[in-house]
Amino acid sequence: MKNCDWDAITLAQYLDGELAPDQASRMEQHISDCPHCSAEVSVLVSMKRSLRAADRHFTPTAEFRRKIQQQVSRPQSKWNMRFVWAFAMLAVVLILSIVWLVRSRRVDTFSEVADLHVSTLASTNPVDVISTDRHTVKPWFQGRIPFSFNLPELAGTEFTLLGGRVVYLHQQPGAQLIFTVRQHKISVLIYRESAGLAGDLTDGNVERRHAFNVAAWKTQDLRFIVIGDVDVDEIRKLTQLIQIANK
Amino acid sequence: MDPEFFEQLAMPLFDSLYNFAHWLTGNRVDAEDLVQETYAKALKGFKSFQDGTNLRAWMFRILRNTFLTSRTGLMARNTLSFEEESEEAEVRSAQVVTPESVLLRNENQQMVLDALAAVPVHYREIILLCEVEELSYREIAEVLSLPIGTVMSRLSRARNSLRQMLAAKQSARATV
Ligand SMILES: [Zn+2]
Repeated sequence: MKNCDWDAITLAQYLDGELAPDQASRMEQHISDCPHCSAEVSVLVSMKRSLRAADRHFTPTAEFRRKIQQQVSRPQSKWNMRFVWAFAMLAVVLILSIVWLVRSRRVDTFSEVADLHVSTLASTNPVDVISTDRHTVKPWFQGRIPFSFNLPELAGTEFTLLGGRVVYLHQQPGAQLIFTVRQHKISVLIYRESAGLAGDLTDGNVERRHAFNVAAWKTQDLRFIVIGDVDVDEIRKLTQLIQIANK
Repeated sequence: MDPEFFEQLAMPLFDSLYNFAHWLTGNRVDAEDLVQETYAKALKGFKSFQDGTNLRAWMFRILRNTFLTSRTGLMARNTLSFEEESEEAEVRSAQVVTPESVLLRNENQQMVLDALAAVPVHYREIILLCEVEELSYREIAEVLSLPIGTVMSRLSRARNSLRQMLAAKQSARATV
């Protein structure tokens, strides 16, 4: 017992498997020779053995395990989040291209309408149905366009109906009606209203655009555009007549 | 590490972590809070966890640090005496007489567990890490953020404390 040069910490290191092999074998040798150390080791070993019972001494409830399981399987949903993000990015791209499309349409509408009007003016045969009679013109469009509209009563006004034809705006079929006033021609374009159809035209006021005055408005399902190289007042008057007819 | 692997790596530690937490806190409610917070923090920090390092030690370290900042942990920390971290030389010379060697038989296992529950928490945790979790001194040093020398001296103190507690329980039972 005396002359024992081993201390408690080294003994513990030995029992905890923390000694290098050569140190451990020297320790082993000493324990077999030293009664003090062998007694100490037997206490420590039995204590170690008893302490094993502290393992799994407390067990979590199944409910709590489920809770944590759910908590840590969050990366699963994070994985799904990647797809959500991918879809979100796709949606953004889609929206951007729609916006871009609508914007480009916005830019286009006036020039397209102006082109239609100008080509009508230049044409030797500007209309497909020639009639000053609205009761003839209106039925002519039935079956040719997917909607119907009313023509105004022009008796007592300075406007005359020349006739009409089917024209396409943004690939949509619609009606183009030609009215005249003081030898000037006015086009009235009627389409089924859809997003972006009005484009760069603003509803309400008569706008001066290049050589033309333009008015645009919509009812519940119809889009109206009036364009002509006539006075603002004349455009406005015709506009009102058409609006009254299509209330 | 990719969080996808967290579940399959961390869930096998669930029972051990819970057991350790319950030993530290002494009750189910606090133990559950502790484990839950540990998993939440570990999941959050898993990206910074290096593959090849010891996940077990890492998780126990998170749990232990979380415990230290918890209400029960703060109370327990206040009981940690300042002399505790003094030189290990003192510990090396301090040998506890072993009248309780007779007591340390398997039928007294419950008494050992009672004694474990009764020693200060900073002794309890190091005993658990060493004897139950069978962590190496190096891993224990990692969990407790201590130098290895301090791990060895504290472990020695912890065992002495446990033995004293056992002796006290033994004599208390003897007098009944
Ligand atoms: Zn010896």
